[in-house]
Amino acid sequence: MSNFYNEILTDHNMHPVHKHELAVCTCSREGVNPSCGDDITLNLRIEGGIIADGSFTGSGCAVSQASADIMLDLVIGKSIDEAERLHALFMKMIRGEADDSELEELDEAAALADISHMPARVKCAVLGWRTLGESLPER
Amino acid sequence: MPYFDKRDFPVFDAMPGLVYLDSTATSQKPKPVIDAVSRYYREENANPLRGLYGLAVKATDAYENARTAVRDFIGAASEREIVFTRNATESLNLIASSYGRGNIRQNDEILVTISEHHSNFLPWQILAKEKGARLKFLKCGENGEYTPEMLEKALTPRTKIFAAAQISNVIGRLNPIKEFAEICHKNGTVIVCDGAQSVPHIPVNVRELGVDFLAFSGHKMFAPMGIGVLYGREELLEQMPPFLYGGEMIEYVTLCGATFAELPHKFEAGTVNAGGAVGLHAAIDYISEFGFAKLEKREKELTRLLIEGMKETPHVRIIGSDEPDDHCGIVSFTIDDVHPHDIAAIFDESGIAVRAGHHCAQPLHKYLGVQSSVRASAALYNDRRDAELFLECLKTIRRRMGYSE
Ligand SMILES: Cc1ncc(COP(=O)(O)O)c(C=O)c1O
Repeated sequence: MSNFYNEILTDHNMHPVHKHELAVCTCSREGVNPSCGDDITLNLRIEGGIIADGSFTGSGCAVSQASADIMLDLVIGKSIDEAERLHALFMKMIRGEADDSELEELDEAAALADISHMPARVKCAVLGWRTLGESLPER
Repeated sequence: MPYFDKRDFPVFDAMPGLVYLDSTATSQKPKPVIDAVSRYYREENANPLRGLYGLAVKATDAYENARTAVRDFIGAASEREIVFTRNATESLNLIASSYGRGNIRQNDEILVTISEHHSNFLPWQILAKEKGARLKFLKCGENGEYTPEMLEKALTPRTKIFAAAQISNVIGRLNPIKEFAEICHKNGTVIVCDGAQSVPHIPVNVRELGVDFLAFSGHKMFAPMGIGVLYGREELLEQMPPFLYGGEMIEYVTLCGATFAELPHKFEAGTVNAGGAVGLHAAIDYISEFGFAKLEKREKELTRLLIEGMKETPHVRIIGSDEPDDHCGIVSFTIDDVHPHDIAAIFDESGIAVRAGHHCAQPLHKYLGVQSSVRASAALYNDRRDAELFLECLKTIRRRMGYSE
């Protein structure tokens, strides 16, 4: 019996750090998984090419909620380029293609690596990241 | 001689220890069904209704014998009332498209229950839009019940069609279809019964119920996927135009027109699913040999075990009634603070298959104010041990998600 619901995941789900409204934000975008009812809004404050702050609101399964929270941990304070790079890394991990050093870079997000074996849950794990990808300004 | 338990179902050899509690979505298939389909394709396969040679006659017989078995199984008056389709969804679309288009006019009303499966809801929604008719909803009571009084109140002189499942795939409660049919007919309303969840679990007799149409799927009653049934009262089917056009549903075709084949072939355009029909025949024989009395008894016992255990588990909320006898083997529930998808994933880690989501009944979930739910459902092959393993796992879920109890 595997234990996919590890402490990192349950902790971010129960006590998300970034789940709140954002008073000042430069971009706010909704991400939805219609079939499971996951529905989040990602808020970002981008200043001078840097993600100065970010938050999310909404509801969904533990995987979608924890993944969004972990993602914000990773990208807040990073440049847009760096966030793009992490986004690409995360997607690579979800496809089961990331190597150990790449997993290390993803830090806590690597707790979701096993999801590559659960096709039905992939869309939950990527919801936050997908919404981030859509939120970042085109360069 | 079949055992009428897990031993008849090869999937449990392939996946030892599997606790399959998702028979509402689709049932597993017993050896007699698998063997019958295999035998048909090995020994009797030709295009039914077409060839003039011996093998084609065999194929036609196999296909038409299946129709007779369905007629007897649901107590229809004649084979002319039994149309083979792909599934309940196609049967319901056929009614909405063929009967509905011809009989629904602007400002007419179509009434459906709030708990209908999307398959018995969307075809009516589309029809109503197309015709400028009104789609109205019959709302259930606190315990998921629909009563004759509720229906009487909801019908108006304009209500042309009432569509309702005999058993909802979420609530699991048996609806009083016979009384509904009487009320509808006094009102000049046609009643369409979705039997997708009832026909596999209880004896259904269309003449006793008095319904005008009945739809169900083979795959939920041990038959292969891709074969379904539409029952319609002959005089209604007779006046309805074909649903699909093409081969095998015509009498004469000329450059400027065609006359259509007799019932039921008028509604079976193109090459039919004879293998599926043979499988359905074998499934009917399998159920009949075991008998509904024993089947219902077993499913009731399991439902009782499940519900009693669930009621003892804190933070578990059952959708609909708390009474096991109100559930017909289908129990949908939620657990406080845990998303249904996470619940199903945790069950899966323990080798237990349950369904999570809105179960193709979004209007019901919205009405009940829950986003989605988890559903456990029982069938003939489930046993005490399945229920015990389910309950054991159920009790650990909140803890595994980090809650203290
Ligand atoms: C009550 C009910 N109606 C209709 C359907 C549709 O059945 P099918 O997908 O076989 O057409 C289902 C299946 O889930 C059902 O439970």
